[in-house]
Amino acid sequence: MSIRCHIVLMVSLWAGATTAAPLDYALPDAYSELRSSAGQEVGRTAAQGNCLTCHSTDYIAMQPPGKGKAFWDAEVTKMIKVYHAPIDEADGKAIAAYLADAY
Amino acid sequence: MAGLDRRQVLMRAGLAAIGAGLPFRAAAEDRIALPFGNGARALVRYPGKRPLIQLTSRPPQLETPFSVFDEGAITPNDAFFVRYHLADLPLAIDPETYRLEIKGHVERPVALSLADLKRMAPMEVVAVNQCSGNSRGFVEPRVAGGQLGNGAMGNARWTGVSLKAVLDAAGMKAGAVQVAFDGLDGPVIPETPDFVKALTVDHARSGEVMLAWGMNGQDLPFLNGFPVRLVVPGFYGTYWVKHLGAITVLDRPFEGFWMKSAYRIPDTPCACTEPGKAPAATVPIARLNVRSFVTNLSDGAKVKAGPTSLRGIAFDGGSGVARVELSTDDGRTWIPAELGQDLGRYAFRTWTATTELGAGMHAIRVRATAKDGAGQPMEPQWNPPGYMRNVVETTRIQAA
Repeated sequence: MSIRCHIVLMVSLWAGATTAAPLDYALPDAYSELRSSAGQEVGRTAAQGNCLTCHSTDYIAMQPPGKGKAFWDAEVTKMIKVYHAPIDEADGKAIAAYLADAY
Repeated sequence: MAGLDRRQVLMRAGLAAIGAGLPFRAAAEDRIALPFGNGARALVRYPGKRPLIQLTSRPPQLETPFSVFDEGAITPNDAFFVRYHLADLPLAIDPETYRLEIKGHVERPVALSLADLKRMAPMEVVAVNQCSGNSRGFVEPRVAGGQLGNGAMGNARWTGVSLKAVLDAAGMKAGAVQVAFDGLDGPVIPETPDFVKALTVDHARSGEVMLAWGMNGQDLPFLNGFPVRLVVPGFYGTYWVKHLGAITVLDRPFEGFWMKSAYRIPDTPCACTEPGKAPAATVPIARLNVRSFVTNLSDGAKVKAGPTSLRGIAFDGGSGVARVELSTDDGRTWIPAELGQDLGRYAFRTWTATTELGAGMHAIRVRATAKDGAGQPMEPQWNPPGYMRNVVETTRIQAA
Protein backbone atom coordinates (compact mmCIF):
# COMPACT_ATOMS: atom_id res chain seq x y z
CA MET A 1 0.00 0.00 0.00
CA SER A 2 1.28 3.42 -0.74
CA ILE A 3 0.34 6.64 0.90
CA ARG A 4 0.27 9.76 -1.14
CA CYS A 5 0.54 12.96 0.78
CA HIS A 6 -0.45 16.01 -1.12
CA ILE A 7 -0.16 19.24 0.74
CA VAL A 8 -1.73 22.30 -0.70
CA LEU A 9 -1.09 25.64 0.86
CA MET A 10 -3.29 28.36 -0.40
CA VAL A 11 -1.66 31.50 0.80
CA SER A 12 -2.97 34.92 0.13
CA LEU A 13 0.06 37.10 0.08
CA TRP A 14 0.44 40.65 -0.98
CA ALA A 15 2.34 43.35 0.69
CA GLY A 16 2.52 46.63 -1.08
CA ALA A 17 2.20 48.31 -4.40
CA THR A 18 5.69 47.67 -5.65
CA THR A 19 6.07 44.02 -4.81
CA ALA A 20 3.65 41.18 -5.23
CA ALA A 21 4.06 38.05 -3.16
CA PRO A 22 2.40 34.91 -4.52
CA LEU A 23 -1.34 34.84 -4.07
CA ASP A 24 -1.39 31.08 -3.89
CA TYR A 25 1.24 28.92 -2.36
CA ALA A 26 1.22 25.26 -3.27
CA LEU A 27 3.88 22.80 -2.22
CA PRO A 28 4.93 20.10 -4.65
CA ASP A 29 3.74 16.56 -4.18
CA ALA A 30 5.37 14.98 -1.15
CA TYR A 31 4.84 11.44 -2.36
CA SER A 32 7.54 8.82 -2.13
CA GLU A 33 7.57 5.13 -1.25
CA LEU A 34 9.26 3.49 1.66
CA ARG A 35 11.61 0.78 0.45
CA SER A 36 10.48 -2.83 0.49
CA SER A 37 12.45 -5.27 2.57
CA ALA A 38 11.81 -9.00 2.54
CA GLY A 39 10.61 -10.27 5.89
CA GLN A 40 10.08 -6.75 7.26
CA GLU A 41 6.51 -6.21 6.10
CA VAL A 42 5.25 -5.63 9.64
CA GLY A 43 7.87 -2.96 10.29
CA ARG A 44 7.30 -1.31 6.93
CA THR A 45 3.56 -1.11 7.55
CA ALA A 46 4.21 0.32 11.02
CA ALA A 47 6.60 2.88 9.53
CA GLN A 48 3.99 3.92 6.99
CA GLY A 49 1.37 4.24 9.69
CA ASN A 50 3.55 6.22 12.08
CA CYS A 51 6.57 7.98 10.56
CA LEU A 52 4.68 9.55 7.68
CA THR A 53 2.30 11.36 10.00
CA CYS A 54 4.94 13.98 10.66
CA HIS A 55 7.45 13.79 7.80
CA SER A 56 8.05 12.51 4.31
CA THR A 57 10.02 9.36 3.53
CA ASP A 58 13.04 11.31 2.31
CA TYR A 59 13.87 12.04 5.97
CA ILE A 60 14.67 8.33 6.14
CA ALA A 61 16.05 7.72 2.66
CA MET A 62 18.68 10.48 2.83
CA GLN A 63 20.34 9.12 5.98
CA PRO A 64 23.79 7.58 5.60
CA PRO A 65 23.51 4.08 4.13
CA GLY A 66 24.00 0.92 6.12
CA LYS A 67 24.27 2.47 9.57
CA GLY A 68 22.66 -0.57 11.18
CA LYS A 69 20.50 -1.35 14.16
CA ALA A 70 22.00 0.94 16.80
CA PHE A 71 21.61 3.97 14.52
CA TRP A 72 17.99 3.24 13.67
CA ASP A 73 17.10 2.24 17.23
CA ALA A 74 18.39 5.64 18.31
CA GLU A 75 16.41 7.42 15.61
CA VAL A 76 13.13 5.70 16.53
CA THR A 77 13.79 6.34 20.21
CA LYS A 78 14.43 10.02 19.42
CA MET A 79 11.10 10.25 17.58
CA ILE A 80 9.28 8.77 20.57
CA LYS A 81 11.12 10.42 23.47
CA VAL A 82 11.98 13.78 21.95
CA TYR A 83 9.26 14.47 19.39
CA HIS A 84 6.64 12.46 21.30
CA ALA A 85 5.53 10.35 18.36
CA PRO A 86 2.76 8.09 19.70
CA ILE A 87 4.43 4.83 18.67
CA ASP A 88 3.92 1.80 20.91
CA GLU A 89 6.83 -0.39 21.92
CA ALA A 90 6.10 -3.26 19.53
CA ASP A 91 5.71 -0.91 16.57
CA GLY A 92 8.86 0.96 17.57
CA LYS A 93 10.92 -2.22 17.59
CA ALA A 94 9.46 -3.38 14.26
CA ILE A 95 10.10 0.01 12.66
CA ALA A 96 13.73 0.10 13.83
CA ALA A 97 14.35 -3.45 12.60
CA TYR A 98 12.80 -2.64 9.22
CA LEU A 99 14.77 0.59 8.82
CA ALA A 100 18.05 -1.11 9.76
CA ASP A 101 17.33 -3.78 7.16
CA ALA A 102 16.03 -1.56 4.36
CA TYR A 103 18.23 1.50 4.74
CA MET B 1 2.14 27.21 17.14
CA ALA B 2 -0.32 26.84 14.30
CA GLY B 3 -3.11 24.34 14.93
CA LEU B 4 -4.35 21.52 12.77
CA ASP B 5 -7.22 23.66 11.56
CA ARG B 6 -4.68 25.91 9.86
CA ARG B 7 -3.55 23.23 7.48
CA GLN B 8 -5.12 21.76 4.47
CA VAL B 9 -3.51 18.38 4.23
CA LEU B 10 -4.96 15.85 1.90
CA MET B 11 -3.83 12.33 2.58
CA ARG B 12 -4.87 10.02 -0.20
CA ALA B 13 -4.06 6.35 -0.43
CA GLY B 14 -3.34 4.73 -3.74
CA LEU B 15 -4.53 7.52 -5.98
CA ALA B 16 -1.76 7.64 -8.50
CA ALA B 17 -3.32 10.46 -10.45
CA ILE B 18 -3.10 13.00 -7.64
CA GLY B 19 -0.04 15.12 -7.93
CA ALA B 20 0.92 13.87 -11.36
CA GLY B 21 -0.72 16.90 -12.88
CA LEU B 22 0.97 19.45 -10.65
CA PRO B 23 3.12 21.62 -12.89
CA PHE B 24 6.07 21.65 -10.53
CA ARG B 25 6.22 18.02 -9.59
CA ALA B 26 9.82 16.88 -9.73
CA ALA B 27 10.57 15.14 -12.97
CA ALA B 28 12.44 11.90 -12.43
CA GLU B 29 15.29 12.93 -14.69
CA ASP B 30 15.92 16.15 -12.81
CA ARG B 31 18.28 14.65 -10.33
CA ILE B 32 21.75 15.31 -9.06
CA ALA B 33 24.13 13.27 -6.93
CA LEU B 34 25.77 14.90 -3.94
CA PRO B 35 29.16 13.23 -3.48
CA PHE B 36 28.38 11.01 -0.49
CA GLY B 37 26.38 7.86 0.18
CA ASN B 38 22.62 8.28 -0.35
CA GLY B 39 23.39 11.62 -1.97
CA ALA B 40 20.93 11.23 -4.87
CA ARG B 41 18.57 14.21 -4.85
CA ALA B 42 15.74 15.53 -6.99
CA LEU B 43 15.88 19.06 -8.33
CA VAL B 44 12.46 20.56 -7.74
CA ARG B 45 10.86 23.87 -8.61
CA TYR B 46 8.73 25.46 -5.91
CA PRO B 47 6.66 28.59 -6.55
CA GLY B 48 8.99 31.58 -6.46
CA LYS B 49 12.07 29.38 -6.60
CA ARG B 50 14.30 28.13 -9.39
CA PRO B 51 15.02 24.37 -9.38
CA LEU B 52 16.65 23.59 -6.03
CA ILE B 53 17.99 20.43 -4.45
CA GLN B 54 15.26 18.67 -2.52
CA LEU B 55 16.47 17.44 0.82
CA THR B 56 12.96 16.69 2.10
CA SER B 57 9.47 17.42 0.86
CA ARG B 58 7.41 17.50 4.07
CA PRO B 59 8.29 19.81 5.62
CA PRO B 60 10.13 21.35 2.69
CA GLN B 61 13.89 21.58 2.89
CA LEU B 62 15.69 22.83 -0.21
CA GLU B 63 19.40 23.26 -0.79
CA THR B 64 20.97 25.79 -3.13
CA PRO B 65 22.88 24.22 -6.05
CA PHE B 66 26.48 25.19 -5.46
CA SER B 67 26.90 26.82 -8.89
CA VAL B 68 24.63 29.64 -7.66
CA PHE B 69 27.43 30.89 -5.41
CA ASP B 70 29.48 31.67 -8.51
CA GLU B 71 26.85 34.18 -9.66
CA GLY B 72 27.99 36.82 -7.20
CA ALA B 73 28.17 37.76 -3.54
CA ILE B 74 24.38 38.06 -3.17
CA THR B 75 22.34 34.87 -3.26
CA PRO B 76 19.18 35.49 -5.31
CA ASN B 77 15.86 35.07 -3.50
CA ASP B 78 14.72 32.37 -5.91
CA ALA B 79 17.85 30.34 -5.16
CA PHE B 80 18.03 30.84 -1.39
CA PHE B 81 17.91 27.63 0.64
CA VAL B 82 14.85 26.60 2.65
CA ARG B 83 14.80 24.93 6.03
CA TYR B 84 11.76 23.98 8.12
CA HIS B 85 11.71 21.72 11.15
CA LEU B 86 8.01 20.96 11.56
CA ALA B 87 5.40 20.21 8.93
CA ASP B 88 2.51 22.42 9.99
CA LEU B 89 3.32 25.40 7.82
CA PRO B 90 1.04 28.44 8.07
CA LEU B 91 -1.70 27.96 5.56
CA ALA B 92 -2.49 31.59 4.98
CA ILE B 93 -0.70 34.73 6.00
CA ASP B 94 -2.56 37.92 5.28
CA PRO B 95 -0.16 40.86 5.56
CA GLU B 96 -3.12 43.12 6.39
CA THR B 97 -4.20 41.16 9.46
CA TYR B 98 -0.75 39.82 10.42
CA ARG B 99 0.31 40.84 13.92
CA LEU B 100 3.59 40.36 15.75
CA GLU B 101 3.06 40.03 19.50
CA ILE B 102 5.64 41.32 21.96
CA LYS B 103 4.76 40.01 25.39
CA GLY B 104 6.03 38.46 28.58
CA HIS B 105 8.25 40.42 30.95
CA VAL B 106 7.37 43.81 29.42
CA GLU B 107 5.62 46.98 30.57
CA ARG B 108 3.18 47.15 27.65
CA PRO B 109 2.43 44.01 25.61
CA VAL B 110 1.90 45.08 22.00
CA ALA B 111 0.73 43.54 18.75
CA LEU B 112 2.38 45.24 15.80
CA SER B 113 1.09 45.09 12.24
CA LEU B 114 3.38 44.92 9.24
CA ALA B 115 2.53 48.57 8.60
CA ASP B 116 3.50 49.44 12.19
CA LEU B 117 6.87 47.78 11.69
CA LYS B 118 7.43 49.51 8.37
CA ARG B 119 6.73 52.91 9.97
CA MET B 120 9.67 52.44 12.35
CA ALA B 121 13.19 53.52 11.39
CA PRO B 122 14.40 50.99 8.82
CA MET B 123 17.79 49.30 8.86
CA GLU B 124 19.68 47.09 6.45
CA VAL B 125 22.45 44.55 6.70
CA VAL B 126 24.07 42.16 4.25
CA ALA B 127 24.48 38.92 6.14
CA VAL B 128 25.07 35.24 5.62
CA ASN B 129 22.45 32.80 6.81
CA GLN B 130 23.97 29.35 7.13
CA CYS B 131 22.47 26.17 8.54
CA SER B 132 24.24 24.75 11.57
CA GLY B 133 24.35 21.45 9.71
CA ASN B 134 25.49 22.79 6.35
CA SER B 135 27.83 20.19 4.76
CA ARG B 136 26.73 17.45 7.18
CA GLY B 137 26.74 14.89 4.37
CA PHE B 138 30.54 15.17 4.20
CA VAL B 139 31.03 14.45 7.92
CA GLU B 140 32.93 11.21 8.63
CA PRO B 141 31.96 9.13 10.46
CA ARG B 142 28.52 9.97 9.11
CA VAL B 143 25.92 11.25 11.55
CA ALA B 144 22.12 11.42 11.55
CA GLY B 145 20.37 14.57 10.42
CA GLY B 146 19.77 16.56 7.25
CA GLN B 147 22.35 15.23 4.79
CA LEU B 148 23.32 18.52 3.21
CA GLY B 149 26.01 19.34 0.71
CA ASN B 150 27.52 22.82 0.94
CA GLY B 151 24.43 24.67 -0.26
CA ALA B 152 22.53 25.36 2.97
CA MET B 153 23.85 28.90 3.10
CA GLY B 154 23.14 32.19 1.42
CA ASN B 155 23.97 35.86 1.60
CA ALA B 156 21.27 38.51 1.27
CA ARG B 157 20.62 42.17 1.91
CA TRP B 158 18.03 42.18 4.68
CA THR B 159 15.74 45.14 5.31
CA GLY B 160 13.72 45.58 8.45
CA VAL B 161 13.66 47.15 11.86
CA SER B 162 15.93 46.76 14.84
CA LEU B 163 14.72 44.24 17.40
CA LYS B 164 15.91 46.68 20.05
CA ALA B 165 13.47 49.33 18.84
CA VAL B 166 10.58 46.85 18.94
CA LEU B 167 11.51 45.68 22.44
CA ASP B 168 11.79 49.28 23.56
CA ALA B 169 8.27 49.93 22.24
CA ALA B 170 7.01 47.26 24.65
CA GLY B 171 9.34 48.34 27.43
CA MET B 172 11.32 45.46 28.89
CA LYS B 173 10.98 45.14 32.65
CA ALA B 174 13.99 44.99 34.94
CA GLY B 175 15.16 41.43 35.44
CA ALA B 176 14.64 40.32 31.83
CA VAL B 177 17.31 37.76 30.86
CA GLN B 178 16.28 36.20 27.55
CA VAL B 179 13.97 36.82 24.62
CA ALA B 180 12.18 33.92 22.89
CA PHE B 181 11.01 33.84 19.27
CA ASP B 182 8.16 31.74 17.89
CA GLY B 183 7.15 31.45 14.25
CA LEU B 184 3.70 30.71 12.82
CA ASP B 185 4.82 27.24 11.74
CA GLY B 186 4.31 24.42 14.20
CA PRO B 187 4.32 20.68 14.79
CA VAL B 188 1.92 18.19 13.22
CA ILE B 189 1.02 16.71 16.60
CA PRO B 190 0.69 19.04 19.58
CA GLU B 191 3.02 16.90 21.74
CA THR B 192 6.01 17.69 19.50
CA PRO B 193 8.00 20.65 20.86
CA ASP B 194 7.20 23.79 18.87
CA PHE B 195 10.17 25.43 17.21
CA VAL B 196 11.08 28.31 19.53
CA LYS B 197 14.52 29.88 19.88
CA ALA B 198 15.96 32.35 22.38
CA LEU B 199 18.67 34.99 22.59
CA THR B 200 20.12 36.71 25.62
CA VAL B 201 18.68 40.11 26.40
CA ASP B 202 22.02 41.77 25.69
CA HIS B 203 22.20 40.17 22.26
CA ALA B 204 18.55 40.96 21.50
CA ARG B 205 19.15 44.62 22.41
CA SER B 206 22.52 44.92 20.66
CA GLY B 207 20.99 46.86 17.78
CA GLU B 208 22.23 44.29 15.26
CA VAL B 209 19.43 41.73 15.51
CA MET B 210 16.65 42.60 13.08
CA LEU B 211 13.07 41.83 12.26
CA ALA B 212 13.33 41.70 8.47
CA TRP B 213 10.53 41.95 5.94
CA GLY B 214 12.75 42.64 2.94
CA MET B 215 15.30 40.44 1.21
CA ASN B 216 17.38 41.77 -1.68
CA GLY B 217 14.88 44.56 -2.27
CA GLN B 218 11.79 42.35 -2.35
CA ASP B 219 9.34 40.95 0.17
CA LEU B 220 10.63 37.84 1.90
CA PRO B 221 9.79 34.77 -0.18
CA PHE B 222 7.15 32.69 1.56
CA LEU B 223 9.56 29.81 2.13
CA ASN B 224 12.13 32.17 3.64
CA GLY B 225 9.80 33.45 6.34
CA PHE B 226 7.18 35.84 4.91
CA PRO B 227 6.15 38.32 6.16
CA VAL B 228 8.78 38.87 8.89
CA ARG B 229 11.75 36.82 10.04
CA LEU B 230 14.44 37.26 12.60
CA VAL B 231 17.88 38.12 11.22
CA VAL B 232 20.72 37.41 13.61
CA PRO B 233 23.89 38.52 11.81
CA GLY B 234 26.84 36.23 12.42
CA PHE B 235 24.74 33.52 14.07
CA TYR B 236 23.67 30.22 12.57
CA GLY B 237 20.35 30.02 10.76
CA THR B 238 18.65 28.15 13.60
CA TYR B 239 18.11 31.52 15.29
CA TRP B 240 16.66 33.20 12.20
CA VAL B 241 13.06 32.28 13.08
CA LYS B 242 10.72 32.53 10.06
CA HIS B 243 7.09 33.72 9.88
CA LEU B 244 7.70 35.43 13.21
CA GLY B 245 4.52 35.48 15.31
CA ALA B 246 5.48 36.12 18.92
CA ILE B 247 8.40 37.58 20.83
CA THR B 248 8.38 36.77 24.54
CA VAL B 249 10.64 38.50 27.04
CA LEU B 250 11.63 36.12 29.84
CA ASP B 251 12.88 36.70 33.37
CA ARG B 252 14.58 33.28 33.34
CA PRO B 253 16.49 31.27 30.74
CA PHE B 254 14.29 29.65 28.08
CA GLU B 255 13.95 25.93 28.75
CA GLY B 256 12.42 24.77 25.47
CA PHE B 257 13.69 21.70 23.60
CA TRP B 258 15.19 23.60 20.66
CA MET B 259 17.52 25.49 22.99
CA LYS B 260 18.03 23.12 25.90
CA SER B 261 18.50 19.87 23.99
CA ALA B 262 18.86 20.61 20.29
CA TYR B 263 21.33 22.77 18.41
CA ARG B 264 24.05 22.35 21.01
CA ILE B 265 27.77 21.98 20.40
CA PRO B 266 30.59 20.55 22.51
CA ASP B 267 31.77 23.11 25.05
CA THR B 268 35.36 22.96 23.79
CA PRO B 269 37.40 25.56 21.86
CA CYS B 270 37.03 23.62 18.59
CA ALA B 271 33.36 22.67 19.22
CA CYS B 272 34.56 19.17 18.44
CA THR B 273 35.09 15.79 20.03
CA GLU B 274 37.05 12.71 19.12
CA PRO B 275 35.05 11.13 16.27
CA GLY B 276 32.34 8.90 17.67
CA LYS B 277 32.59 10.32 21.19
CA ALA B 278 29.91 12.29 23.01
CA PRO B 279 30.92 15.63 24.54
CA ALA B 280 31.27 16.06 28.31
CA ALA B 281 29.35 19.34 28.22
CA THR B 282 27.49 21.32 25.57
CA VAL B 283 26.45 24.91 24.91
CA PRO B 284 23.98 26.39 22.42
CA ILE B 285 25.45 26.84 18.95
CA ALA B 286 26.19 30.49 18.27
CA ARG B 287 28.48 32.22 15.75
CA LEU B 288 29.52 30.97 12.33
CA ASN B 289 33.10 29.86 12.01
CA VAL B 290 35.24 30.96 9.07
CA ARG B 291 34.82 29.18 5.71
CA SER B 292 35.92 29.64 2.12
CA PHE B 293 35.03 27.99 -1.18
CA VAL B 294 36.11 27.92 -4.80
CA THR B 295 32.97 28.61 -6.84
CA ASN B 296 34.05 28.70 -10.49
CA LEU B 297 35.45 25.18 -10.69
CA SER B 298 33.78 22.12 -9.24
CA ASP B 299 35.44 18.92 -8.18
CA GLY B 300 36.41 16.88 -11.24
CA ALA B 301 36.49 19.90 -13.59
CA LYS B 302 38.82 19.91 -16.59
CA VAL B 303 40.77 23.05 -17.52
CA LYS B 304 43.37 24.04 -20.09
CA ALA B 305 46.92 23.84 -18.73
CA GLY B 306 48.47 27.25 -18.05
CA PRO B 307 47.30 30.27 -16.07
CA THR B 308 43.99 29.35 -14.42
CA SER B 309 41.57 31.86 -12.96
CA LEU B 310 39.97 30.95 -9.65
CA ARG B 311 37.26 32.73 -7.78
CA GLY B 312 35.07 32.10 -4.80
CA ILE B 313 33.62 33.31 -1.54
CA ALA B 314 34.63 33.48 2.11
CA PHE B 315 32.85 34.50 5.30
CA ASP B 316 32.90 34.25 9.06
CA GLY B 317 30.69 35.10 12.02
CA GLY B 318 31.23 38.84 11.93
CA SER B 319 34.86 39.77 12.43
CA GLY B 320 35.22 39.95 8.66
CA VAL B 321 37.52 38.18 6.21
CA ALA B 322 41.15 39.26 6.56
CA ARG B 323 42.62 37.12 3.77
CA VAL B 324 42.03 34.18 1.48
CA GLU B 325 44.85 31.95 0.27
CA LEU B 326 45.21 29.06 -2.13
CA SER B 327 47.51 26.08 -2.25
CA THR B 328 48.17 23.61 -5.04
CA ASP B 329 50.78 21.60 -3.12
CA ASP B 330 48.80 20.06 -0.25
CA GLY B 331 49.19 23.15 1.88
CA ARG B 332 52.99 23.46 1.83
CA THR B 333 52.84 26.89 0.19
CA TRP B 334 49.99 29.36 -0.15
CA ILE B 335 49.35 32.20 -2.58
CA PRO B 336 47.15 35.16 -1.63
CA ALA B 337 43.85 35.82 -3.34
CA GLU B 338 42.58 39.32 -4.07
CA LEU B 339 39.50 40.18 -2.06
CA GLY B 340 36.44 41.63 -3.82
CA GLN B 341 33.95 44.26 -2.73
CA ASP B 342 33.37 44.51 1.01
CA LEU B 343 29.62 44.28 1.64
CA GLY B 344 30.10 44.29 5.39
CA ARG B 345 31.58 42.03 8.00
CA TYR B 346 28.63 39.61 8.00
CA ALA B 347 28.54 39.14 4.23
CA PHE B 348 30.10 36.80 1.70
CA ARG B 349 33.41 38.28 0.56
CA THR B 350 34.26 37.37 -3.00
CA TRP B 351 37.85 36.67 -4.00
CA THR B 352 39.83 36.03 -7.18
CA ALA B 353 43.21 34.49 -7.90
CA THR B 354 45.25 33.15 -10.78
CA THR B 355 47.52 30.14 -10.56
CA GLU B 356 49.70 28.33 -13.07
CA LEU B 357 48.63 24.74 -13.58
CA GLY B 358 50.75 22.29 -15.57
CA ALA B 359 49.19 19.30 -17.30
CA GLY B 360 47.94 16.76 -14.80
CA MET B 361 45.74 16.45 -11.73
CA HIS B 362 45.67 19.25 -9.19
CA ALA B 363 44.15 19.61 -5.74
CA ILE B 364 43.24 23.27 -5.13
CA ARG B 365 42.93 24.10 -1.48
CA VAL B 366 41.41 27.34 -0.24
CA ARG B 367 41.56 28.79 3.23
CA ALA B 368 40.36 32.02 4.78
CA THR B 369 41.60 33.80 7.86
CA ALA B 370 39.19 36.01 9.73
CA LYS B 371 40.06 39.42 11.17
CA ASP B 372 39.80 37.90 14.66
CA GLY B 373 42.66 35.55 13.69
CA ALA B 374 40.56 32.40 13.31
CA GLY B 375 41.39 30.08 10.44
CA GLN B 376 40.22 26.81 8.95
CA PRO B 377 41.58 23.39 9.94
CA MET B 378 43.34 21.24 7.32
CA GLU B 379 41.68 18.15 8.79
CA PRO B 380 37.93 18.05 9.46
CA GLN B 381 36.72 18.37 13.03
CA TRP B 382 33.86 16.21 14.27
CA ASN B 383 30.95 16.53 16.65
CA PRO B 384 27.90 14.27 17.11
CA PRO B 385 25.31 16.52 15.43
CA GLY B 386 27.56 17.30 12.45
CA TYR B 387 27.53 21.06 12.99
CA MET B 388 30.01 23.80 12.05
CA ARG B 389 32.05 21.97 9.41
CA ASN B 390 34.75 24.34 8.21
CA VAL B 391 37.62 22.19 6.99
CA VAL B 392 39.88 23.67 4.30
CA GLU B 393 38.02 22.71 1.12
CA THR B 394 39.76 20.84 -1.70
CA THR B 395 38.74 21.04 -5.35
CA ARG B 396 40.35 18.41 -7.58
CA ILE B 397 40.71 19.43 -11.21
CA GLN B 398 42.49 18.14 -14.28
CA ALA B 399 44.61 20.44 -16.46
CA ALA B 400 45.45 19.36 -20.01
